[in-house]
Amino acid sequence: MADPFLSIQHVRKSFGATTVVEDFNLDVERGEFVSFLGPSGCGKTTVLRMVAGFEEPSAGKIVVGGKDITRLKPNQRNVGMVFQAYALFPNLTVAQNIGFGLKVAGMPRADIDARVAEMLDMIKLPQMADRYPYQLSGGQQQRIALGRAIAPKPKLLLLDEPLSALDAKVRVSLREEIRSIQKKLGITTIFVTHDQEEALSISDRIAVMYGGKAEQVGTPFEIYNRPATKFVANFVGTLNVLEGKVTDAASGKVQVNTQEVELKGKLNGSKSGDMLSLALRPEAISLGRQPGRDASLTGEISEVHFLGSVIRVRVGIGGNIVSLDTFNNSATPPPAVGEKAEISFSSSDMLVLH
Amino acid sequence: MKAGRFWAWVVFALGAAYFFIPLIATVEFSMRMRRGVYSFDAYKVVLGDARFQATFGYSVLAAVFTIVLGVLIVVPAAYWIRLRLPQLRPIVEFITLLPLVIPAIVIVFGYIRMYGSNSPLPFLATDTGTNALLVIGYATLALPYMYRAVDTGLRTIDVRTLTEAAQILGAGWGTIISRVILPNVLIAVLSGAFLTFAIVIGEFTMASLLNRPAFGPYLQNIGANRAYEPAALAIIAFAITWGCMSLIQILSRFAPKSANRPN
Repeated sequence: MADPFLSIQHVRKSFGATTVVEDFNLDVERGEFVSFLGPSGCGKTTVLRMVAGFEEPSAGKIVVGGKDITRLKPNQRNVGMVFQAYALFPNLTVAQNIGFGLKVAGMPRADIDARVAEMLDMIKLPQMADRYPYQLSGGQQQRIALGRAIAPKPKLLLLDEPLSALDAKVRVSLREEIRSIQKKLGITTIFVTHDQEEALSISDRIAVMYGGKAEQVGTPFEIYNRPATKFVANFVGTLNVLEGKVTDAASGKVQVNTQEVELKGKLNGSKSGDMLSLALRPEAISLGRQPGRDASLTGEISEVHFLGSVIRVRVGIGGNIVSLDTFNNSATPPPAVGEKAEISFSSSDMLVLH
Repeated sequence: MKAGRFWAWVVFALGAAYFFIPLIATVEFSMRMRRGVYSFDAYKVVLGDARFQATFGYSVLAAVFTIVLGVLIVVPAAYWIRLRLPQLRPIVEFITLLPLVIPAIVIVFGYIRMYGSNSPLPFLATDTGTNALLVIGYATLALPYMYRAVDTGLRTIDVRTLTEAAQILGAGWGTIISRVILPNVLIAVLSGAFLTFAIVIGEFTMASLLNRPAFGPYLQNIGANRAYEPAALAIIAFAITWGCMSLIQILSRFAPKSANRPN
């Protein structure tokens, strides 16, 4: 494999006695879009700020394009960044904001004007050149901030929760626009977010972070379908967790409440008598026995929520509650609370959490 | 409600009368120099006096130097404290308030003892040195106003994020202060500058004890020896101060608007 474009190696960051990032490692290929996903305080923004140069790592190093940039100042790194709070310069027009980095770099005026026009076209705001930031909406300001960040052709683009301050509709359209611009330019991008839907929808890979560490790094498909840890499984997507006891480790039999399910070859290392947490995504479960589903459990319907096109059903199995969605069918009334119900699933969809 | 409004107007009228009656009386008295008719003779005498022109010119120049010195010290200091040393803010605020509680006469006697012709830093041995010391003294007196004005201006912008946004775009500290921070707090700096100007123009104690030909000692001298001219001078000084305040108001309309504030 070729050398990674961005390499974060054994990076640690402590503030006094508190360690916020611990032995963080990540390699990012040229042109890749990687998201740091995690709850508040997990260290994702701190890692990003270390890549930007706003924080100095307590240990480890950061390499971009084969060059160690760990001790370089932010203005020497040729990195673009978009901030959550937009951070447009209030005293400058849109065109001056976008041209700021080019002017600092000493680019001739004509070239600056041409590049600013190109950026305004790219972010689809060509008519806004002479406006001031206070005359723009949040979404427009963030697009300008994106144009300003990429105008100097940075080696790396850092996005620090750029969509958090925007309303839901703008958030969706802008994230698609960000991804499309990133693909067009082929710029290596790190995107920090606490929103799993955002991360899953636009990333090539996701680093799920917790407690200052990367819990798992993988494609959205891997992260969602094959979570490596209990935290990742719980944090990404909706998950039903069932507590079970291994009854026969050799044949992969687990008892949930008083019922037995067979998890062929998934109990790696567990012994008979061990307690396990088993997880199932709602979309992997069907109400009633379905063809092609080799496992089932029986319980009692505890809640039914009619949501229009979808009906959300919760089924109690002993002390476990399983949530699943079924499509609304006008010919069939929704199930009633208190009814006995059988849920079926493929044993291969059941995750064993460690 | 109506009674409340009536009393509010009464209080307002009393306050206005307290403020305007002495002012009108001074204007009226300043115009009585020619017996039997109102005239601007007192103003003509004052404005035609070579000492007025010299002392006023001296004080204006001192004010300009004081403003420059104040801006050079206060803007980077207030900026750095907001950016990197927020824990020092209470201490710095306390220090900047000291000139309000330490009389100017104490400061100037301190200067005379510290910087006399026999000291290692003999500012007072030459006219230039004494002038420089006076400007430093004025900058100290204006510190509470200049610091507060600049700090208030800095509070209206996101100093840290704007700094980082400029840094990541390749800007160094000089560019950040001159092209990002200063333009966004310029109106606040100008407010501080005009307040400094007003203080310096009327300052008496320091200029007098350092024996400088400033406007304050001239005002005092005229007041002690003439009748109508001091009234005219008081009105002129008042007009200058009000002119400065009006300029602050006018200029504040041109302040860069925060992106979070609606138009």
